[in-house]
Parts: sequence; structure tokens; C-alpha cells
Amino acid sequence: MSDVVSNPANALKDDRSPVAFAMPLTAVLGLFFGYLVGQASGNLLVGLILGAAIGAGAAYLAATALANNRTYGRLGIIALCGLLGLLAGGLGGLVGGAFLGAVLSWVAYWLASGDYRRGVPPYATSGQVLWHNAFRFICGLIFFFLIAPIIVIIPLSFNAQDFFTFTPEMLRLSPEGYSLKHYRDFLELAGGSGGHPLYGILGGVIFGGVIIGLRALLSEDGPGKVWPPILIFGLLGLLIGALWGAEGDWISPLKSSLTIAPAATALSVALGTLAAIGLSQSHVPGRQLIMAIMISPMIVPLIISAAGMYFFYSRLGLQGTWIGVVLAHAALGIPFVIITVTATLVGFDRSLTRASANLGANPVRTFFKVQMPLILPGVISGALFAFITSFDEVVVVLFVGSAGQKTLPWQMFIGLREQISPTILAVATILVVVSIALLTTVELLRRRSERLRGMSPG
Amino acid sequence: MTDASADRVTGPTPDTAIRDAERQDGPMLAADGTPLKSALGKALRRQKLRALMLIAPLLLFIMVTFIAPIADMLFRSVENDIVSQTLPRTVVALDDWEYDSGEVPSEEVFEAFARDLAIAAERKDHTRLGSRLNYETTGISSLFRQSGRGVDEIGEPQMDALEELNEDSIEPFAWAAFMGTEDWAAEVEAWDADQQGLAPVFRPNNEAVAAFPETVQLYSAYAETARIAEDSAWDEDPFPIVFHVFAQELAEADPARLADIPGPAGLDLVAAREAIAALDIPSTRDAFLEIDEDWADPEVWGTIKAFSSPYTAGYYLAAMDLAKTPAGVEPVDEDQRIYRTLFLRTMVLSLTITGSCILLGYPIAWLLANLPLRTANVLMILVLLPFWTSLLVRTSAWKVLLQQQGVINDILVWAGLVGDGSRLVLINNATGTIIAMTHILLPFMILPLYSVMKTIDPSYLRAAKSLGATNWTAFWRVYFPNSVPGIGAGSILVFILAIGYYITPEIVGGTKGVFISNRIAYHISSSLNWGLAAALGTMLLALVLLLYWLYDRMVGIDNVKLGG
Repeated sequence: MSDVVSNPANALKDDRSPVAFAMPLTAVLGLFFGYLVGQASGNLLVGLILGAAIGAGAAYLAATALANNRTYGRLGIIALCGLLGLLAGGLGGLVGGAFLGAVLSWVAYWLASGDYRRGVPPYATSGQVLWHNAFRFICGLIFFFLIAPIIVIIPLSFNAQDFFTFTPEMLRLSPEGYSLKHYRDFLELAGGSGGHPLYGILGGVIFGGVIIGLRALLSEDGPGKVWPPILIFGLLGLLIGALWGAEGDWISPLKSSLTIAPAATALSVALGTLAAIGLSQSHVPGRQLIMAIMISPMIVPLIISAAGMYFFYSRLGLQGTWIGVVLAHAALGIPFVIITVTATLVGFDRSLTRASANLGANPVRTFFKVQMPLILPGVISGALFAFITSFDEVVVVLFVGSAGQKTLPWQMFIGLREQISPTILAVATILVVVSIALLTTVELLRRRSERLRGMSPG
Repeated sequence: MTDASADRVTGPTPDTAIRDAERQDGPMLAADGTPLKSALGKALRRQKLRALMLIAPLLLFIMVTFIAPIADMLFRSVENDIVSQTLPRTVVALDDWEYDSGEVPSEEVFEAFARDLAIAAERKDHTRLGSRLNYETTGISSLFRQSGRGVDEIGEPQMDALEELNEDSIEPFAWAAFMGTEDWAAEVEAWDADQQGLAPVFRPNNEAVAAFPETVQLYSAYAETARIAEDSAWDEDPFPIVFHVFAQELAEADPARLADIPGPAGLDLVAAREAIAALDIPSTRDAFLEIDEDWADPEVWGTIKAFSSPYTAGYYLAAMDLAKTPAGVEPVDEDQRIYRTLFLRTMVLSLTITGSCILLGYPIAWLLANLPLRTANVLMILVLLPFWTSLLVRTSAWKVLLQQQGVINDILVWAGLVGDGSRLVLINNATGTIIAMTHILLPFMILPLYSVMKTIDPSYLRAAKSLGATNWTAFWRVYFPNSVPGIGAGSILVFILAIGYYITPEIVGGTKGVFISNRIAYHISSSLNWGLAAALGTMLLALVLLLYWLYDRMVGIDNVKLGG
């Protein structure tokens, strides 16, 4: 691919026309694509000739006849390549051909229209332009390295076979190459009553209603919005109801994870928020030391924490119990809560609490009505960090827990180490979707927090 | 406002207080009349107390759930009371013996050892001790197991001789009456009838203590073992070793006095003394050599003596491929030296991973720091998504990608870059560990680098260029030195995280790409050598804390940022 960018310098020095500059380069790229396709389909020569011809043709068109009609030009090239792909390799070939055509036509227009100089100042030398584009290309590759492994497992999880690679059927995009088999394996129940989602929803909605009623009775602000609590508790009820009593190779670990993580999160958020508020006061003796102790679970390698906890919890009889695992995970989540809440408190305006006290509110009321709403974004993102720490954690639970507390990551770890089963890919895909949701939430919270702090005086 | 209402205020207002204070020569007073200094001090103390009370619950929680386990691990890495607890008499007797003499220990040592081992064997402690000492000298484990069975023979002939004189004289209840107080014997009999709960604790009678002190001592060990074992406690005869010791004390006793003491179940002790004297008992040393001739090996005794103190540096020595032999500290055999290699490999691989993270992270951080904020935020998602994705997901992705039948090899074969027969081995070796962990730790390099690069003013570069520097000079002499703190912070962070990794090396590392953590886990769950695991963990912890201290000096703990 480096051929694409190795020549513009010389080309510019010669001050050749766009056609003379873009055509050879695009032809080389076309040659490369042709080589790949030809190699794969067994017609190397045909691939090379066609690729070079299409590349050169595309660049010629982009520089001359269709220079001002970019949309039509590109669509035409994409359609041509797609058609060739369809003839060579069916539906999968169509998609692949169209993709290659899109890349080829983009490069053709990029070179022919002079867009490649857009990011650099007009006075930049050819060498600088070359370096600028090469650098972007390298960065693109690194981003690809970062993101591709995570993206690749998503289509693989729909594999109809028990393989860990793309089967020919998948590449042809034929429906029999894909299935939800691994997702069914994930949800498969080995025993138990199988859950009662409807009862769950019902219970959740009733619980939400009770909460609204209580708020209407006890709070002077009235019942507040009706739908959010009903919706949230209904969904929660659905989840609990569906999982209640269900047993399975993957469902039981999921249940353990969903039991341990919220419990550990609640513990670390409650203790961590209080301590962060304490730490943010102006006179705390030994703040450095206290901070170091509280951050230490994040610093100490997990295997060492796991070893220590295993030894110590066995002495106390906590090894292999739910309480032991929850305590251990709460300890691991605390640094994250401390860090995020302390960061939010840095921007907290103390005169607000004084004003509230001045207006007659007691400290508890001040905390819940003034301080809490302002630091809530920090607390929630700390809670999310603590949740994901526990939900993801495998080393400590491996040692502190026993088979009864087997969590989802633990089951994945076993699956990867012993009998590598394709169900792992389905689980991984679900977890990627969950992490995207969490990332979005944290980002939104961060923005909200900044907005709130921007609004607060001082 | 104060001016208008000042007349109506009866108490001191800030204004009047200051004026009063200026008028007076005494100490400045607070509104309630106390000296201002003490009032401020009190307020400060109250504030400190409130802060500490808010912090206290968490501090306590962390202390119990986290700091105490770490302390426990430190303790376990030096703890070694198993020898002195299981073989207390032997440890004392061995004091007079020197390994350097090269001789087999004396009869007294074997006597003491016979008693310790007999009790340990009944309590099943001897196998634990055997496997502990086996870490130091191989072969001891089986020696102990075998001798634990053989030690029952010692005292057997004496027992038979007594039985021949008086059939009831070796019965458990006869001995209970002979050794214990009358009350205790009665309690035992009552307990034996219904066997509810644990039996009463043994209480020796004074005559027995005066006449047969050592027998009483061993009998009480027997009584305690039987009491703890709960089930068939009093149906079993006292250990043969009790009769062995009893016979010795009978032989040494004054026959005239023996006549006055009633034996167990009315046994005639004078007659018993003669019957036992008539037996041909081999020395205890010979009895042990009969069981296993390894007991003549000073090496075994040297090991017991070397590890008899309650604390040991042995685990740390083992963690450095040294061994505490009876002759002193020596390196272990060439083919058993694994820990130095493992530590070295952990370091080298972590450094490689850190290096590749710098290499890949620097351009990305530069790009993000120099793009318009909106574009940078979008691209930042590509960095944060892996950061937020489960570690297991990323590791499984690499396991899937790197396999010989995996996606990467398939693409290479498809493109004709490698032949189908010569697929690359990318997994279950150090390459796999490096690739997967670079991917996993890259965000931890990019984020600190990015936050440092954001603060570098772009006009520095323009200034350098306008002063005639080439692009490279401007970068290398101006921008790069400014970004070094970011590289340092990111490197230490990545390095700290890398040397403690367990999951990823375990899954993609095979045997050549595993870290010291994997060995720690192995010692905890498979070989059960917890002391060595604790020592390895402590060394790793010390290394991490040192690096962390450096990190703190460089960037400060408070500057740890999470996901932007």
C-alpha cells in the first residue's frame, strides 16, 4: 500500500497534470487489489490485469470527464466492481467487490482532486505532504489494531459451525453460513424452573407503583414523574423474573455475576462516597497516607491481592462464600469510586452547603438536597467503574470463590483454557454491546457533570 | 447593612468585637467570650474529627478486606512453625547435633523423634510435614509417610508382654484409671456411654506424674488426640509408643517403690518390669533404620534441623533459585533453576510490551492532541472502547485471531503470503503474549500521553520552525522533551500493570510466554506450596511498590485519570 503515498512527492515536483499523477498511483493500488482477489480466486493474471485497468480508468475519469460529478463517478466504479465480484463469487463477492470499488474510487478522487493536500499548509513541500499522509495512514493502522479484534468477533459469533474463523459459506454471505446457535447455547437451560418473566414484570411494576405512592405521601415535592420508575423497575423485574430459578452452563454464572457485582458496587459506593467527602474537607490529618491505602487495591497486581485474600479469607472461613467474594470485589472497586467522586468534589462550591445551612437545613438534608445532586454524576460513574471491575474480575473470584460462585468471566476463562467453545464468542459479543452502553453512559454523565459545574457559581 | 442594624444588636457583632479587642490588651475573644485562639482550635478539631469519622468506615473496611490479607501473605512467606510444632522434642534433641560432624544423630534424638512421629502419625500431621520438607530435600515426603506407618511397631513387643501378664492391663479404661484422676476416669466412663460432644479434657493423677512423668506426657498427647478425633476415641488402645516409654521408665524405676504402686487393672509392676527386661528390644535408632535406611543419612536430619526455627528465609531463597541446605545456602541444580529465568522473562516481556505501547501510542496521542476537539473526541471512542471492553473479551478475541486455524493465518494464506503448510505460530508463546497484552494495555499508554500532549503549546513548534529548525529538529529538540513526562507516566503505568498480569499470559502464553504471576497461581492452586507463592508474591509486590513510588514522584497519585 505504501506505493500509494511514495510517489506524490516526485509527481508534484514534476508538476505533472492530475491525470499523470493520479493514474499510475491508482493503477498500482488496483494492481494490488487485483493481486489479492486473483490470488484468492485462482486467476492471478486476470485479477492483475482487471485491477490495474479499473484503477487507471477510475483515476482518468476522476481527473477528467467526471471531475465535478463525484457522486456519479464513485457510484459507477462501485457498481462496476460489485458486478465483477458478483460474477466471480456470488453475494459475498458483490459486497467485497463493492467495498474494494469504494476504496479505489475514493483514492482516485482523493488524488485527482488534490484533496490529499487539504490538511497541510499551502506552502508545505512535497516531502511534508507525503509525511503528513503517511503519518495519518500509520495512525489509521494503529486504530485498526485497537478496534479490529473487538469488531471481528461479532460476525464470528453468528457462525453456524463450531469454527473460530470465517467459513466459505460466511464469506459468500449465504444464509446457511450464519445462525444464532451459539446464542441459543448461551441461553440454554440445563434444569430449574426456567424463570417467570411475566411475574417479574408484574412484580417490578407494582414495586415501582409503591415507590411512586410512597414518594407522593412522604415528599413535599409530590410524586414526580410516573413513567421512569415504572419502566426501570419493570425491566429489572423482567430480568430477575427471567433468571429466577433458571440453571444452565452459562445462565448460572450470569446469575452469580449479576448478584455479586451489584452487591459489591453498592458497598463500595456507599463507603467510598462518604470517605471521598471526608477526604475533600480542608483539614484531614495524614491525607496522603489514607489516600495511598485507599488507592492500593488498584495498584497491587490482582494476583497478589487474590493470593493474600485467599490465605486470609481461608483463616476467617470466608473463602468460598458469597460474602467473601462480595467483600473482595468491593475492596477492588473502592479506588475507582474514590477517584471519580474526589474529582467531582474538587469543583464543588462549598458556599452552597453553607447557604443551605444558613437557610435552616440540617446536615443530612443539605447532603441529600444540595450536595448529592451535584456530585451524583461522579458517584454514578464511580459506581459504573466499580460495577464493571466486579463484573469483569476473574483472578480474585477464581481464588476467593468456589464453584458455587462461578461468575461469567470465570466460565469464559475455563472455556478459553480448557475446552474452547464458540459460545464464548456469543458471550463476548453481548459483553461488547454492554460495554458500549456503559461507555456512552459515562460519557453523557461526564458532560452533564461539566455542565452542572459550569453553572455553579465560583 | 450592619451599620443600620448595629444599634439593635445586643450581643457582640464582628465590628464591635474587633473594636473591643483593639481596645483591650488581653487575648482576642470570640463571639461567645472564649479566647479566639482556643475557639478556632476547637472548631478545627471538630472539623478534623468529622472528616475522620466520614473516612473511618472505609478505612476500616479496606484494612480488613485488603491490607490484612496482604499482611497475611507477607507473614506466610516467612512463617515456618510446622517443624517446631510437629516435632518439638526432636528439635530440642537436635540442638546438640552438628550436621558438619557427618554422623548419624544419637539414640536420644531417635527417641525424641519416635515420640514426635508417633503422635504426628496418629494426628495425620506427618504427611503435611513430609510434603513441607520435601520442598527442600526431595524424598523426605515418602520417607515420612513410610515411617509414619512403621512407627507403630515401636512399643508393640512391650505391649504384648504386658498383655500376657494381665489381659486387661492394656485396655483403655485401665489406663484411664492408671494415668488420670478418679474424677476424670469416671467422667470418661460416663461420656463413653452416650458419646455426646467432646470427651472431658485429660487430668493426670499425682502418683502417675511422680512415678512415670514421661509416660504421662505421652498419654496426655494420646488422650488429646483421641478427644479431638471424637469418633472411636476410647475404644482404641493407647498408642504403642506409650508402652515403649512406660517400659523404659519401668526399667529405670526403683523396684522397691514399684511394689507400692498399683498398675493398670491391678497389674503387678515388679513382674511387668522383669517381663520387659527379659525382652530383646532393639534400640530405637535400629528400629528406624529397619523402617528405612535413609534415617542414617545426615542430610535428612540436617534438613529438619535447618528448618526447625519458627521463621525462615527458605521460601525467599527458593524464589531466587537458592536452597538452604544443611551445609548452608547453595544454588539449586542447573535444571531446576526456573525462578530467575521467570523473573527475567517477566521483566523482558513487560519491557517489550511497554516499548511497543510507546511506539504505537505516541503517534495516536499526537494525532488526538493536534486534531480539532470534535474529531479528536470521535477518535477517542476508538481508544476508549477497547479500554471499556471486558479483558476476557479482548483475550478471547486474540485467542481466536492468532490461532493457527484462526483469522490472521487464514488471511495470510488466502493472500498467498504464507503457505498452507507453514502457518505462523502466533499463540502459546511469547509472541502471543506480547501482541495481546500490547493491545490490552495500549489505552493506558495513550491516555496519559494525550493529557500531557494537550498541555504542550503548539506555538513552541511554530517558533522553533520560524527560527530555522527543520521539522525533525523542531520535534526532537522542542516537542519531544516536553512530552517525556507523559511517556514516563504511561510507561510506568503500563509496566506496573504488565508485570502483574495473569489471565492473558495464562490463555495465550503457552509455556514460553507466562509470567511470574502464573507461577504464583500454580503454587497456590496446584502444588499447594503456599509459602513459596507468598514469597514470590511479596517480591513482585515490592517491585510494583517501588515503581509506584516512582510514578507518584513523577505524576502524583491524585492525577490518575480514568477514561478521559
